[in-house]
Amino acid sequence: MLKLSHIYKTFNAGTVDEKALFSDFNLEIKEGEFVSVIGSNGSGKTTMLNIVSGDIAPDSGNVILGGNDITPKKNFKRAEKIGRVFQNPSMGTCPSMTIWENLSIADNKGKRYGLSRGLNRQRRNYYRSQLELLGMGLENRLGTPAGALSGGQRQALALIMATMIRPDLLLLDEHTAALDPKSSDTVMMLTEKVVKEKKITTLMVTHNLRHAVEYGTRAIMMHEGGVIMDVSGDEKAKKTINDYLTVFNEISIECGN
Amino acid sequence: MIEALIIGILEQGFIYGIMAMGVYITYTILDFPDLSVDGTFPLGIAVCFVMIRNGLNPWLALLAAFAAGSLAGMFTGIFNVKLKIRNLLCGILTMTALYSINYSIVGKASDFLSMESTTIFTTTAAFFGEGHLALYSKVIVIFVIAMIAKLVLDWYLRTKSGFLLRSVGDNEGLVITLAQNPGTIKIIGLMISNGLVSLAGAVYCQYGRAFNVGSGTGTVVMGLAAVIIGLTVFKKIKFLRVTTGVIFGMIVYKACISIALSAGLRSQDTNLMITILFIATLMINEFVLKKKKAGVKRDA
Repeated sequence: MLKLSHIYKTFNAGTVDEKALFSDFNLEIKEGEFVSVIGSNGSGKTTMLNIVSGDIAPDSGNVILGGNDITPKKNFKRAEKIGRVFQNPSMGTCPSMTIWENLSIADNKGKRYGLSRGLNRQRRNYYRSQLELLGMGLENRLGTPAGALSGGQRQALALIMATMIRPDLLLLDEHTAALDPKSSDTVMMLTEKVVKEKKITTLMVTHNLRHAVEYGTRAIMMHEGGVIMDVSGDEKAKKTINDYLTVFNEISIECGN
Repeated sequence: MIEALIIGILEQGFIYGIMAMGVYITYTILDFPDLSVDGTFPLGIAVCFVMIRNGLNPWLALLAAFAAGSLAGMFTGIFNVKLKIRNLLCGILTMTALYSINYSIVGKASDFLSMESTTIFTTTAAFFGEGHLALYSKVIVIFVIAMIAKLVLDWYLRTKSGFLLRSVGDNEGLVITLAQNPGTIKIIGLMISNGLVSLAGAVYCQYGRAFNVGSGTGTVVMGLAAVIIGLTVFKKIKFLRVTTGVIFGMIVYKACISIALSAGLRSQDTNLMITILFIATLMINEFVLKKKKAGVKRDA
């Protein structure tokens, strides 16, 4: 489904700050997998996500999505098949536009943004039903600007928007990290539900070890640009937070939660 | 006397109000400080001036000016999006180039249209007759043009394309995740914006019957002042659209200038006055925002 092959990436090449992050990095993700990626700061998790989305170009190597080499494609072209939720809750929604307007604009992804009416009135009830599932009372606030919502509410809205038109691949970039513990859990449960329902292949970067243990079908631990642990299926199900912590402590790094 | 003064304020307020809507698109919606405006306003005057001088249809001249302004806006956009030049500089470049271009279009630094030339005001004059209504003929024509521009812009901002325009300044990352090119949308926004500014220039040309190559100086500051007055003062009135607020903002602004002029301000001091008024509005704006603890949210 997604394949990163022979990725090389060096930051600040030719300066004293030169840092070779990836040298011959390889990763393959199968259709339908929900992969949690954990690792210390600077381990390359977010860079990897940005290489997949096209926000960072690798020095060499290929990004293959669904059998097509998308390496030369620009970020917005790749977005046709990729959905994304960011760490910063204000990045997934448009703050000055209302919830209804935000949902309408997301609902039109893949179609032309022409001169027909932007607000989708036919789908109003569908939007309400989707918002109702969040249990946040947003279904009665369709006219509220997204900027007036709390971080957790915005992130939940961002998740609905990113998956409204089913993407082939969903990238979650520490999307619960900026939230309080309760909202963080709510958004995580919602994530799992949406991903399962729509059968979306998902790549989630997280600092929260508990989320990596409880959710997903596969867990990857990264360190200094390499994969040092990769478990899936039954093997992953048996792992506890302590197992991850042990590995974490071996490479002596900070850990979330 | 007072009646004539008020009519004058409204005439100028509506003409420059069209321009202010253009500034509203770049400044508020796109978050792009576009100085091209100082060049595209006289561009509209120049294009219109030459067409009227050659006896062409004055209404067509308005459309031609809009097209010319859009083209100039497209260049500003291309400088920024394709050539990666910083946004402030892009506007300055277009403005500078337009100074020469505007001069070449008319062929002189300043010129007047003869009194016999056909304008949108002469073609409609018969409709208003000779009576007291004739006094209002210009302001009515200008009002209608401003309203059409406003309604079309309001309509556009509610379309899917308009939604993208509103999101690109707010959150470029979101536009990318929607698989749309934010660069293209920015260019479209700059085209519409400078088209409106040029259109205002064209109306102004037929109103004042004069071209002056330096007449664009201070346009953007004036537009910004109107936008800020409009957003601050008229935001509280819920049933009004922002575009209406921006036009009202320009009328308030023009009223201030007129009052200052009739109170003895020398016309050569108006640009200084504009700047002071602008800074004052910004400070009031800041004060109001702080008082309301509204945070950094912007209206669009």
